[in-house]
Amino acid sequence: MSTSTQQSSTGSAAPIAAPQPGGHRKLPSWAPWAAFAVAAVVAAVFSLATSWNIVLFVIYTVVLGTLGTYVASRVVEGPRKATDRLVTCLVVSAFGIALVPLISLVYEVVRRGAQRFDAEYFTASLVGVIGEGGGAYHALMGTLIITLLTTLISVPIGLMTAIYLVEYGSGRLKRSITFLVDVMTGIPSIVAGLFAYALFVLIFGPGIRLGIMGAVALSVLMIPVVVRSCEEVLKLVPNELREAAYALGVPKWRTILKVVIPTAIAGLGTGITLAIARVVGETAPLLITVGITNATNFNPFDGRMATLPVYAFYQLTQPGVPPENAIARAWTAALLLIILVMALNVVARLISRFFAPKTGR
Amino acid sequence: MAKRIDVSDLDIYYGNFKAVEGVNVSIEPRSITALIGPSGCGKSTFLRSLNRMHEVIPGARVEGKVVIDGQDLYGSDVDPVDVRRQIGMVFQRPNPFPTMSIYDNVIAGVRLNSARMKKSDMDDLVERSLKGANLWTEVKDRLNRPGSGLSGGQQQRLCIARAIAVQPEVLLMDEPCSALDPISTLAIEDLMTELKEQFTIVIVTHNMQQAARVSESTGFFNLNGVGQPGRLIEFNPTEKIFSNPDQKATEDYISGRFG
Repeated sequence: MSTSTQQSSTGSAAPIAAPQPGGHRKLPSWAPWAAFAVAAVVAAVFSLATSWNIVLFVIYTVVLGTLGTYVASRVVEGPRKATDRLVTCLVVSAFGIALVPLISLVYEVVRRGAQRFDAEYFTASLVGVIGEGGGAYHALMGTLIITLLTTLISVPIGLMTAIYLVEYGSGRLKRSITFLVDVMTGIPSIVAGLFAYALFVLIFGPGIRLGIMGAVALSVLMIPVVVRSCEEVLKLVPNELREAAYALGVPKWRTILKVVIPTAIAGLGTGITLAIARVVGETAPLLITVGITNATNFNPFDGRMATLPVYAFYQLTQPGVPPENAIARAWTAALLLIILVMALNVVARLISRFFAPKTGR
Repeated sequence: MAKRIDVSDLDIYYGNFKAVEGVNVSIEPRSITALIGPSGCGKSTFLRSLNRMHEVIPGARVEGKVVIDGQDLYGSDVDPVDVRRQIGMVFQRPNPFPTMSIYDNVIAGVRLNSARMKKSDMDDLVERSLKGANLWTEVKDRLNRPGSGLSGGQQQRLCIARAIAVQPEVLLMDEPCSALDPISTLAIEDLMTELKEQFTIVIVTHNMQQAARVSESTGFFNLNGVGQPGRLIEFNPTEKIFSNPDQKATEDYISGRFG
């Protein structure tokens, strides 16, 4: 044992003890920062000389800094390292570009939405409100009720379809269901709304507006998402577990219920939560099917309901006089929607953390 | 409790492909029977056909007869689920249920079949099964911890405990030691020799020393070429197979002169 340790230690020491002479000069770690600082100064001078423009200034800085770093690295460190630095600069720039809309959007919505993010907004509806005040209590409740109904419709259908596809389906039927689900994923949301509207018009006559219609329209959008994500998660459950259960004389349906689903529960919860987040902000189908109202309506089977996206739409497009108050309410509705979706994403993360099978060493 | 298995003229198909052909064998109760042979020759397929586990694979079917103490496994009125309750199986890779504790894993066969049982009876069953699998002393203080936290060898013994907890008559083992180190392998081999007092054991193994160590009878499977069905070349007492086999192919395989 001891001899082998010695051997391995001498063996590993050998390559370290022989540094290769020359050809390994390195730029100091502050060099790229310096290059970009110089580039920023040059860009500032350049854009001041023409006309000050923040976008042009940033573009000049990035391009000049990247070029500077590349050239300096090429001279000092050689072409291989220079290419590495060039690509690093490009990737970081791409990341920055991708981040710009996100940060700008969140900043703008928070800045404008915070104006009306007050108690009245969460307790009052728009009944009798002209100008100042008013809130989105009715729209928030409407969104929650309709989303809940959508989930109640979509999850059983979607989950059972996924179970069929993974556990039972085979041959032509399975292929056609998969194909139809793919087609459904691509349905434009307005078409889903028109479908639900047409369906209910057939039953109740034209001009009908109900909360449940919105839930049906959103289900059309949500079911394929649920099927897809649940299918992927169920496929991940190792076949060995199913075989282990079969070998114990457990019938197939009970294996699915007691072994497959509990093993996949974290992924299923995450997938369903993200599917809810996907439909909670839909506007177009709700515009057609649910309409808008100023009063609070808790009953999805009786008359129009307000929802946050449609509320924001109408507050923005028909603000009344003066328009500032309604526009501020629209921004706060947008902020609320972003918070809702964020919260759902956090919930999805928590689900996947707490329900994941424990290894427990 | 242990039962005798008689197999006659068994052909096994995957779709149109004939995987195993013409197996005739009779497996003695309260003994260990080893199946050896090169990869892909149908040992595991044959083993899985003994408790109708191969039917899980789409397109798999069987022609011929498997009779366990006078009951035809492939009779039209036989429910595969019932067959599997009588004939337990241990797989190549340990596969405890990751969502369940050690305790729940052992009584999974009872609980998943939703049989009613008193708490004290369940405790007894868990203790008896874990003792039967030589795992009790190692896990008795952490029965509520997840089964996947055990070592590989312990997990495999947990799977054996789970299989014997449903009190089967036959125990099939599909290369149970191939994922384990020599010490865990030894533990499982010792366990097999104890278990054969109660069960009929059939084991598939690639390790010929293992077959020689534990089994009373050995079957050698082989195939003539790629795409050909596997056949049972020779079935004899282990001592005879390893000292003076009837067939030249068996001798070649055992002495390493194969191929």
